[in-house]
Amino acid sequence: MQTNFSLAALAVPGMQEAEKILRTCVHCGFCTATCPTYLELGDELDSPRGRIYLIKSMFEQNAPASEEVATHIDRCLTCLSCMTTCPSGVDYMHLIDKARVHVEETYWRPWHQRLPRYLLAQLLPYPRRFAALLPFARMARPLAPLMAKIPKIGQTLAAMLTLAPKEAPPKATFKGPALLIPKGVKRGRVALLGGCAQKALAPNINDAAVRVLALLGYEVVLPRGEGCCGALVQHMGDESTAREQARKLVNAIWDEHEEAELEAVIITASGCGTSIKDYGHLLAGDQAYAARAATVAGLAKDISEFLADKDLAAKIPTGQVVAYHSACSMQHGQKITEAPKTILKKLGFVVRDVPEGHICCGSAGTYNMLQPEISGRLRARKTKNIARLRPHMVATGNLGCISQISLGFDERGEKTPVVHTVELVEWALGGEKPKALVGIRSL
Amino acid sequence: MSAIAFPTPDSEILARRDALIAGLAALVPADALITSEDERRAFETDAFTAYRRMPLAVVLPRTTEEVAKVLAYCHHAKVPVIPRGAGTSLAGGAIPQEDAVVIGLSRLNRVLDIDFPNRIAHVQAGVTNLSITNAVSAEGYFFAPDPSSQLACTIGGNIGMNSGGAHCLKYGVTTNNILGVTLVLVDGTVVEIGGDAMDAPGYDYLGLVCGSEGQLGIITEAKVRILRAAEGARPVLFGFETSEQAGSAVAAIIGAGIIPVAMEFMDKPAIEICEAFAHAGYPLDVDALLIIEVEGSDEEMDAALARIVAIAKQHGVKTVKESKSAIETAAIWKGRKSAFGATGRVADYICMDGTIPTGQLPFVLRRIDEIVKGYGLRVANVFHAGDGNLHPLVLYNVNDPEEARKAEDAGNDILKLCVEVGGCLTGEHGVGIEKRDLMNHQFNREDLHEQMRIRASFDARWILNPAKVFPLDGRLAGEAA
Repeated sequence: MQTNFSLAALAVPGMQEAEKILRTCVHCGFCTATCPTYLELGDELDSPRGRIYLIKSMFEQNAPASEEVATHIDRCLTCLSCMTTCPSGVDYMHLIDKARVHVEETYWRPWHQRLPRYLLAQLLPYPRRFAALLPFARMARPLAPLMAKIPKIGQTLAAMLTLAPKEAPPKATFKGPALLIPKGVKRGRVALLGGCAQKALAPNINDAAVRVLALLGYEVVLPRGEGCCGALVQHMGDESTAREQARKLVNAIWDEHEEAELEAVIITASGCGTSIKDYGHLLAGDQAYAARAATVAGLAKDISEFLADKDLAAKIPTGQVVAYHSACSMQHGQKITEAPKTILKKLGFVVRDVPEGHICCGSAGTYNMLQPEISGRLRARKTKNIARLRPHMVATGNLGCISQISLGFDERGEKTPVVHTVELVEWALGGEKPKALVGIRSL
Repeated sequence: MSAIAFPTPDSEILARRDALIAGLAALVPADALITSEDERRAFETDAFTAYRRMPLAVVLPRTTEEVAKVLAYCHHAKVPVIPRGAGTSLAGGAIPQEDAVVIGLSRLNRVLDIDFPNRIAHVQAGVTNLSITNAVSAEGYFFAPDPSSQLACTIGGNIGMNSGGAHCLKYGVTTNNILGVTLVLVDGTVVEIGGDAMDAPGYDYLGLVCGSEGQLGIITEAKVRILRAAEGARPVLFGFETSEQAGSAVAAIIGAGIIPVAMEFMDKPAIEICEAFAHAGYPLDVDALLIIEVEGSDEEMDAALARIVAIAKQHGVKTVKESKSAIETAAIWKGRKSAFGATGRVADYICMDGTIPTGQLPFVLRRIDEIVKGYGLRVANVFHAGDGNLHPLVLYNVNDPEEARKAEDAGNDILKLCVEVGGCLTGEHGVGIEKRDLMNHQFNREDLHEQMRIRASFDARWILNPAKVFPLDGRLAGEAA
């Protein structure tokens, strides 16, 4: 596609890369067909091609983002379905990242947008703060419908409360930084990323991962002082904080890697995985960190990727029907499509693909709180498609999707449990039954 | 560069913009009317991006009634209207003009009804081509015309352009696969053409509307024929050392009376581009590739293939490779159908769409190569060989005005060549703005005049997609009616 950057506009940092990305787009329109927001809203401005065009005009003129442009960019889920579809290889991910930074720098949001964004950025990446607030959110949960009536901000507040877990999350069994040494022959040493929100909301996922890895003979390290991977603030356009958080995580992992070589950095939240695997790009301009960031990115592996070639044999009777929901960050962000299903099949589960599986469930990081209306529509669409399979349970590799789809089944009045893939792996290998499956008679 | 002219915007309409927008705002909900400059810009072009014009406003109606109200309003106000489906036209069929309102059909995206016993799918115009097949494939049916952009393009646009596709060799193009449409006439009248059965009484209005490029009315619904899928289908890759050999093999296969489901051609540049994207296992050591698909029972496929392979051997085929699995088949077609977009990884391109008698393939392929080289440019050929529908992709740099002009000139020369050997300017993409001025080359003045009279009988004020299809000069008088 033709571009008309002025020399001044091209001199703005990052714009040469943006122009290169824009030049690969041929405006064929294929991406519109697999974009969740276009399917729901039917407006090209809420499709990748429309957004690319808005971004192009904004960047070419180095113009401040208008309210309209900010609105359409905000509505992007960053599910990256368009990148799977695009035949021309347009690097939409890095383009929209740049656009978000530009929006934050040039557009003054109204208070009802600034407030929740500020709160989320100050809470979610910090497990202690977040955990301290969760009991209050739980108590206030019944007030959500009432809160939704508050003008402008009510829907977002209600969405935040509704997504808070109904019951107190379990305490983590493994807290680190102590190492977990396998009993038998040691196969290798891996780091497990603790994550941020997941630590507060569902420590059971990493507990399961630790036990599975130890069972397979891996020494598991929980890196000290890691913090959030930076994806959360990056998707809100705050790239400098994202870089800061990324550097902190790189340091934490690098220390462990120096101490004794790590075979991999295992991640159990695919949203974080997509972001960490891109550290080489995020920190490319930082001479002190570029090389280490690229190494960490290269070590990063989703737990399903890591387990795919391991010998796994079920120790309990399996055969349950599992609807596998591929998180967008898994299938589009990291292009991991078969590994999780291969593992579950190996363990004897009957795995079914969800119809329209390439379409986002609407969770998308903080999207379900910042864009509750569209998110709700996608949630209903997703759970309807899953329900068609009549599965015993849903397995997925990202906590955001677990919360979102669980809420979707609540809304349908159905009790279909949603678990992390690694929880099923642990259970099948003879470990603990996933919390969400306890008390369900058919299982 | 602006080789293709646009009409001068009507200053009187531009001056009335505020009033016109207020009028439109009274007809549709606020979220269905796009007026800000930032937002209108995204509608300034389609997939023929070398040309762009900002529309006056964009309307995204949700119902036939809204389309009718908006159209009647524009007709009354004498404002041009540009219908838009998914905006995937490679001929500029959906490119607006400054004094026009775009009516986008993307929100009319529901499958209304499927009647399996009578093999009819009733859909809204903004439904994508592929989603019709998706809606019926579980029951073993499909909708046959399959443009490469089928993932995204809409059935409304397919009917407007009488689109084809790889599998049209056997099943015919859009016009052979639709039964009826709901058409909003320019004054807002809603008419039903055709219906549940093949061929309606009276004049074949459906045949007239199909391929009319949005100039006779706006289609809001369609009834299309769905077909039972064959028991099996198998694409086979035939590699040749030269394009001429592949071309003569195609001519010989068709000449022998064999009609495979699809017979697609790629030259070396196209093979390399598509293989890099789809990893389909295309042979990289050949200069030309034919993807020939046969279908039916295993016995039928084996028998048809045996005959095709025998002919290919007579024409020096170098490699023959059958698809062995559904995954391979999907990859083979994904590579082919993504060819244009994947070319974007290498260069900008304009995509030609001429047709020729299949017997002329070897000659025309050689001439295309000479023409493009003559301009100092490169070409990638990927097209529907079986029905002689060429898609040379002339590669260039759109940011270089001189190259852009050369690319357009080369394209025009290629299309003139198609006409000279007995073919036609457009096989399936439509005329749009791209081939509008070449219509003088295909038709004489009287021919064009008669076609314009038909068009004017539907739209005397000439407001529907006005700057498309017919050359701007010598247009039928009476536009101000």
